[in-house]
Amino acid sequence: MDYATLIQILDSTMRLATPLLLACLAGLYSERSGIFDIGLEGKMLMAAMCTGAVAALTGSVWIGLLAGIAGSILFAIVHGVASITFRGNQLISGVALNFVASGITVLIAQSLFRQGGRTPPLSGPARFNPIELPFAEALSGVPILGPFYAEVVSGHGALVYIALLCVPLTWWVLFRTRFGLRLRAVGENPASVDTAGISVVRLRYTAVIITGVLCGLAGAYMAAGLQTGFGKEMTAGRGYIALAALIFAKWRPWYALMATLLFGFFQALALRPDVIKNTIGFDVPVPALDALPYILTVVVLAGFVGRAIPPRAGGEPYVKER
Amino acid sequence: MTRLPRWADLVLVPLISLLLAGIISALVILAIGQSPTEALRTMVQGALGSAYGWGYTLYYATSFMFTGLAVTVAFHASLFNIGGEGQAQLGGLGVALICLALPWPHWTLALPAAMIGAALFGAAWAAIPAYLQAKRGSHVVITTIMFNYIAAALIIYMLVSVLRPAGQMDPATARFPEGTNLPTLHEIPGLSLIFTKQVPANVTLLIALVACWLVWLLLWRTRLGYEIRAFGKSEKAALYAGISPVRVTMIAMLISGALAGLMSINNVMGESERLLQNSTEGAGFIGIAVALMGRNHPFGVFLAAILFGFLFQGGAELGLWTSIPIELRTVVQGLVILFTGALDHMVRMFLGLFFAPRRTQVA
Repeated sequence: MDYATLIQILDSTMRLATPLLLACLAGLYSERSGIFDIGLEGKMLMAAMCTGAVAALTGSVWIGLLAGIAGSILFAIVHGVASITFRGNQLISGVALNFVASGITVLIAQSLFRQGGRTPPLSGPARFNPIELPFAEALSGVPILGPFYAEVVSGHGALVYIALLCVPLTWWVLFRTRFGLRLRAVGENPASVDTAGISVVRLRYTAVIITGVLCGLAGAYMAAGLQTGFGKEMTAGRGYIALAALIFAKWRPWYALMATLLFGFFQALALRPDVIKNTIGFDVPVPALDALPYILTVVVLAGFVGRAIPPRAGGEPYVKER
Repeated sequence: MTRLPRWADLVLVPLISLLLAGIISALVILAIGQSPTEALRTMVQGALGSAYGWGYTLYYATSFMFTGLAVTVAFHASLFNIGGEGQAQLGGLGVALICLALPWPHWTLALPAAMIGAALFGAAWAAIPAYLQAKRGSHVVITTIMFNYIAAALIIYMLVSVLRPAGQMDPATARFPEGTNLPTLHEIPGLSLIFTKQVPANVTLLIALVACWLVWLLLWRTRLGYEIRAFGKSEKAALYAGISPVRVTMIAMLISGALAGLMSINNVMGESERLLQNSTEGAGFIGIAVALMGRNHPFGVFLAAILFGFLFQGGAELGLWTSIPIELRTVVQGLVILFTGALDHMVRMFLGLFFAPRRTQVA
């Protein structure tokens, strides 16, 4: 593999890792507050459809983004109602919402556009267009680092940089603010938070809605950044991969960045079977490459790469009094 | 919260959940500019209005009984097996390998062999998530989801590169030999008087009914079933009673995987008569809705499977005759899971309003 190919693969790694990173951070807020969320997939899908549809209708990706966030928050609130207010099974709620999203996105897209459940192809201002970072052109002549800066770091859609900024932001919120302390506490021991006079329900709803916002960004990027419009089941299990990355990252923001970059790298490799053949010397079947992120996830879950201990109150509805 | 009488909990909760799911689906249909009553009429007409329609409804119901039972058995051990889809696909691979291995003379010989193949492959696909849950504590929900994706990739690889006969374009196996073709309800003496046309429902339906009974027997009449349920209710108590968590987890998941795998007798051997890509058509996932709707009881699973058979066939008719997309059935499926599995407390609270005053009067 020569340097130019590596740059290309790293470039697509950045793009493929972005929805994973956003969804992973989304899951981080929810799970840190003690609400399991396997409905990241459905929220992303809903956001992708809303973004694709509204961006196509208005011609503005930013209005599309807002619609995507709104669609995602709607699902997040249903999940919150089921798992916080009605103390339902959080796993089942997540699975159910994934099915609802899978079906209803196609239903809406089909009734709006009649293009086989897709939204029309987006172009121009209806997409997240590449942003050239300063000096990318000028520095591209510098050996090694120049092309890296120009291709891998610069030239992505706005959401890629927003996703990257979300990492230190999440770290700061979680470990340097009062809200973050309470959020972590409510995921470990909600009774103690309640005793301190802070509303468990409100904290958890806040976390679930933040999850909705971040999933909205992830889905919007899927429809208007990574691809040009919404298509049926376009998230293709990314919500679950993000969940695995979250476990891999042990529910910490910086590790989440590492994990999603790694998983993004595998997805980028799967798109280039020729490179793999040239590098390792034999042909790897494409389905095997497609399955690689999922296999890796299982290996990660099996705990062969360090033990992951989830927030202690995760999945448990909080009952204030008996 | 008022405690509901047992019958209300068993019968009313699923029915109210279904009603709520129905109301929301009707609103969705209205929102996309179609008529819900027209949709319902098309569904009932297409799925239940003729013996031919019933032939399809029962065919789908057969598959859903297996996957519903699969989810039920795991649920009783408090394991949430979302991997029915992958396990059923692997079961299909098992069926295909057995059916293509020998020139089977008669289906009565091929069927038991294919059943063993389906169950073994399904169970094998559940074995790794089960082991990881039992030994390493990796959450079975996530690992089984991952195994669904891995199964899909594996099946594509097998169909494209290994099992596809030379010269064939579409990724599928060769047709199974004549001797493996299962008799459909149309070909069974007696039933052929009702099912006058060729229908996809086949003898597997009878096997599914037997499976329902066997699962009931297993769960409520055997020592192992007791262990599974005890473990599901309280892991600590089960451990204290000398029940091995590793053993129960493994056995419950293997049975679950085998049941999901057995589904492929119906669709692969009984209907398509060769293994196709995405042979399961989401039936593994519908098993979750069927198990929840059926209150995790084999008889409930039987009824819920027929209901979802109706939904599935009716949904297909919708896609055929109206401009309502076929994906409506995924929405209904999701809503039923949501109301029966996650918002069941809400439904109970709602029902409690009706039962509370009557109780005070009696007291």
